[in-house]
Amino acid sequence: MLPVLHVSGLNKSFVMHARSSVGGDLALPVLRDVALSVAPGECLALVGPSGAGKSTLLRSLYGNYRADTGSIRVHHHDDWTELVGAEPRVMLDVRRHTMGFVSQFLRVIPRVACVDVVAEPMLRLGAEPEEARRRAEFLLGVLGIPSRLWSLPPATFSGGEQQRVNIARSLIADYPVLLLDEPTASLDQANRDGVIELIQQRRDAGAAIVGIFHDVAVREALATRTHDVALPGVQA
Amino acid sequence: MPDTHDAAYNYAYLDEQTKRMIRRAILKAAAIPGYQVPFGGREMPLPYGWGTGGIQVTAAIIGRDDTLKVIDQGADDTTNAVSIRRFFARVADVETTTRTEEATVIQTRHRVPETPLKEGQILVFQVPIPEPLRMLEPRETETRTLHALTEYGVMQVSLYESIARHGRISKGYNYPVLVNGRYMMSPSPIPKFDNPKLDRNPALQLYGAGREKRIYAVPPYTPVKSLDFDDHPFEIERWTESCAYCGSTESFLDEMIVDDAGKRLFVCSDTDYCESRRK
Amino acid sequence: MTAPLLSARGITKRFGNRIACQGVRFDLWPGEVLGVVGESGSGKTTLLNCLAGRLEPDEGTVEYETAAMGTVDIHRLSEARRRLLARTEWGFVNQDAREGLRMGVSAGANIGERLMAIGARHYGNIRQSATDWLERVEIDLDRLDDKPTTYSGGMRQRLQIARNLVSEPRLVFMDEPTGGLDVSVQARLLDLLRGLVDRFHLSAVLVTHDLGVARLLTHRLMVMQGGQVVEEGLTDQVLDDPHHAYTQMLVASILPV
Repeated sequence: MLPVLHVSGLNKSFVMHARSSVGGDLALPVLRDVALSVAPGECLALVGPSGAGKSTLLRSLYGNYRADTGSIRVHHHDDWTELVGAEPRVMLDVRRHTMGFVSQFLRVIPRVACVDVVAEPMLRLGAEPEEARRRAEFLLGVLGIPSRLWSLPPATFSGGEQQRVNIARSLIADYPVLLLDEPTASLDQANRDGVIELIQQRRDAGAAIVGIFHDVAVREALATRTHDVALPGVQA
Repeated sequence: MPDTHDAAYNYAYLDEQTKRMIRRAILKAAAIPGYQVPFGGREMPLPYGWGTGGIQVTAAIIGRDDTLKVIDQGADDTTNAVSIRRFFARVADVETTTRTEEATVIQTRHRVPETPLKEGQILVFQVPIPEPLRMLEPRETETRTLHALTEYGVMQVSLYESIARHGRISKGYNYPVLVNGRYMMSPSPIPKFDNPKLDRNPALQLYGAGREKRIYAVPPYTPVKSLDFDDHPFEIERWTESCAYCGSTESFLDEMIVDDAGKRLFVCSDTDYCESRRK
Repeated sequence: MTAPLLSARGITKRFGNRIACQGVRFDLWPGEVLGVVGESGSGKTTLLNCLAGRLEPDEGTVEYETAAMGTVDIHRLSEARRRLLARTEWGFVNQDAREGLRMGVSAGANIGERLMAIGARHYGNIRQSATDWLERVEIDLDRLDDKPTTYSGGMRQRLQIARNLVSEPRLVFMDEPTGGLDVSVQARLLDLLRGLVDRFHLSAVLVTHDLGVARLLTHRLMVMQGGQVVEEGLTDQVLDDPHHAYTQMLVASILPV
């Protein structure tokens, strides 16, 4: 199957500018000549030691971090779109329609009910509010969030509950490409299995997934291939 | 006819150059109905607030062949009306009258005569505050811009506010009008009862504000429309009583308290109109 | 849409010898909220006023794609047309609500004004529209006939927003819309703005010194320092991966809660 995400020659360094007159800028190269491809139905697990750049790579794919040089191409609206150096509106459109990101932690928006937090990406795609709400409630149910919590803002939820709201929000739209950053890190065993099942369904339905999974069991359940971030220039 | 005006003054009190300047302002005002034309107001022998604007306009246009009527709140016999009439008799040597049909120039404070006016007559209004938006927008720079750009939303807002507060547009006098479909004008503090008389009147209307130094005009047969809402249309005052002297049910009535017991009489405010009905 | 909603090129404004903003350039597309952040004196408010037609820049152009009349250079328009745009297709939310409201007339009159300014003449309909908007900005309907002098700061700000949005503007300029309000009031107002931006597909340019507000409300960010745009990009990218020294300092200066 042809890939829907194609990365080549990706470089990124962090430059910490000196805040005092003494000492110069600090440059930290993290990604060097990264290359990878992911096709529909594949789940590519990023592996490597801590600090090697797994999270940096994932965030760079999403545009959350800005790559220095290289190419990230994604199949978007039936055509290839280059993300490195793309205008903000291109990236925003890709995030709305094509690429989803499950972060480790839910960024809590004050006072919005969790069912509305989950429904929002679907509403942004122009879905009917009724349909978006139904879907949101379904996902929350699958992820084990009791219905009495649906109309409450997640600010007071436990870490595990917040993460499940986060996952529901990221999965409500059917993104062709999914980026997962330790999606199950704050979940207990029972909830973890539910999430694994959900992601497997997406993968088998044709989503192309790139993920970071510290838990070996989770990785083995989901990954079809691995990519070692510590080895530069290796085509996965 | 020999000139019998008081020789200590120029004819009609103002010097010829001043009259020329005021006439130019009047011509410009008539050419732009409802637009306030600034003019170089002179010191007059009475203070601001007593009709100096109206007097300057009358002085600029009056001639020996004119017949002058002066009314104050409809009456020819109040102190102010009498003073101004006497002033012009002295400095302009004109015939004066209390009969509306006989006058060629009528200077008025706060009323329009009940007797319909004819082509060739001139009605001169005394105006305290020429700017209809002044209470809503205190800055002159801004009101000039609003007039120039026809931005009159703020007046509509004040009418909305009146309905919200009182259930109806409560403004009873100095009711804002749109002249010739273009400029918003203050008709001076005449009761709204008189607003319809301004619309397409055959006479020339001149408005003079002495303190504010503005002249504006409504030429004969110009449309003058009172502002309102579709579901709160403009309405004039009505009385259940009729005039105690002449029986009129069509004119603007003043309410007078005639004794210490509080007995009230309703009487025509326009004294000439009332009198002529009684003859 | 094939053209950006708002295009700024080379916007430069000086006050005497002092450069307030220089060479600012960007395109704003429909549905985008662009944040302009910086500290006092960065030039962000000057820039906003140039974009909204309130100040004329010394150099540069601001082009706006109107609803029905193509692209216009807003500073070449007649004052009449610019003021009309400002009353219909644009909104401007001031930091101090008093500057954007008529404090002496009721809330209903405040909201209805834009409608009356473009010719609405049915009192009942105007009042109904005002009621609908009061509801959308979550102000009690029985405050419709009250003057803004009787409103709290947060309520005044909501009223100012309603007054602007009643004409369904396509572009809203906001100058520190939550500045000076209590934290809880700020939070409610931010929720409201977020909801309205989403619901009415608003585009906006939002000036703020508060990075938290930027994170919550904006899609894109421009960081200004001393009149220059030193960094720009997607909001989450600028805040999570700041490149410029000044941006890094700003981000590092946020007090943790």
